[in-house]
Amino acid sequence: MEETPITLKGTADGILLKPRSHVWATVLEALAQALKEAEAFFRGGRLIMELGNRELTQHQLTTLRALLIQYDIELWAVLSENETTVRLARSNGVLTRLPKDAEAKKSPVVVLPPEQQALFMQQTLRSGQSIHYAGHVTLIGDVNPGAEIVAGGNIIVWGALRGMAHAGAFGDEETVICALDLQPSQIRIAGYIGRPPDRRRGSAEPEIAKVEGGQIVAEAWNRRG
Amino acid sequence: MSGKVITISSGKGGVGKTTATANLGLSLAMLGNRVTCIDADIGLRNLDVMLGLENRIVYDIVNFIEGRCRFRQALVRDKRFPELYMMAAAQTRDKNSITVEDMTRVAREAAEISDYVLIDSPAGIEHGFRYAVAPSDLVLIVTNPEVTAVRDADRVIGLLEAEELAPAQLILNRFKPELVRRNEMLDADTVVDLLAIDLIGIVPEDSKIFSASNQGRPVALDEHSQAGKAFRNIGRRLTGEDVPFEALQKQTFIQRLFGSR
Repeated sequence: MEETPITLKGTADGILLKPRSHVWATVLEALAQALKEAEAFFRGGRLIMELGNRELTQHQLTTLRALLIQYDIELWAVLSENETTVRLARSNGVLTRLPKDAEAKKSPVVVLPPEQQALFMQQTLRSGQSIHYAGHVTLIGDVNPGAEIVAGGNIIVWGALRGMAHAGAFGDEETVICALDLQPSQIRIAGYIGRPPDRRRGSAEPEIAKVEGGQIVAEAWNRRG
Repeated sequence: MSGKVITISSGKGGVGKTTATANLGLSLAMLGNRVTCIDADIGLRNLDVMLGLENRIVYDIVNFIEGRCRFRQALVRDKRFPELYMMAAAQTRDKNSITVEDMTRVAREAAEISDYVLIDSPAGIEHGFRYAVAPSDLVLIVTNPEVTAVRDADRVIGLLEAEELAPAQLILNRFKPELVRRNEMLDADTVVDLLAIDLIGIVPEDSKIFSASNQGRPVALDEHSQAGKAFRNIGRRLTGEDVPFEALQKQTFIQRLFGSR
């Protein structure tokens, strides 16, 4: 069976093309076919061609661009160890090395600003224990009296919240605190402080607490439909 | 084969740690085990009084640690059970007389000659608590059905979990079914639900506890004491026996039907 003339794959940096066939016409034909088959996926992207030690001619580069332009694809970079190829690519305004930040972007981990990050924990948070976190906090387990969670973002407790919770600790009044059983000793959202009513409710139900009209209100989750 | 080291702790003071240690020591000895009870509450010696062995002390734990006596010499043999020993705390010293390593060495020596080593921990969560729990295979948390005692027990359990020390089990002491029924006391389910550890026994409030402590004759020796029976049951559970919890529940149910006696 004949080897495929090209390999083509999507990366975080762009579409990566590796010609395998040494016949340029065959490469172009295969690329045209691939682009046509998955036009929606490739359109508007940018292409990185990895050439190894192969020499690229001006004609080849021009014909490649002519094909790419039909799909609104930019020839972004040509990677090669061949000096002639590198020189040609540069004179055509094509990158020959991927920029540093593009290297970083190769990592699939999306780095968010601290206040948008989230912490997940599964444990009983006991008296004297605390979680202080710049982003959102999700805890599966109970927050016992004497324990506290302070978060820059939202707080979700999949369990009973009986201790202290402070959401939006940097001043975000849009944040919420929710729990399956909301019985905190005190809750705070941004600069607001709320205490639960002294009279205990009968049975536990999921509730969400937020700032409304200048005070913290808690409402049953199921009423939100 | 070295014995199992069990520390009795609570966080809060006055919930019945020493009472539990004395009664469980006796309960285990009654079942034929070799038991050594160690009073780790240096400076606030109590266990000897509860066991009625105060006037037999010659050397204490600090004497042994400082090399003034041999291990065996620091042990006081119980007057009722020849295989029950107690090591007294030093009354004239403080907690800083003992390090974690010292306590670990004492517990190891005791475990070699015992089936069970019970360490009576000081209250609090400071140094005394830390050396008392360091050598243990199991920590029994004693609490009362009161918000403050439960809060402190929770704190202690958290410390044990955070430092990955021994597993913890719960003794609910001074339980009054009468008050629970009138909603004046936390019920057992609420406490166990909050603390989220296994319950090994519920000990009902028993006025006999006080005279028993004062006379050096713990209630575990009293056939007719409900508290004594509860402690004996915990002793049996510690040895691996499956003792149902119904006893107390049934009692309270019957009391409810016919009125308290």
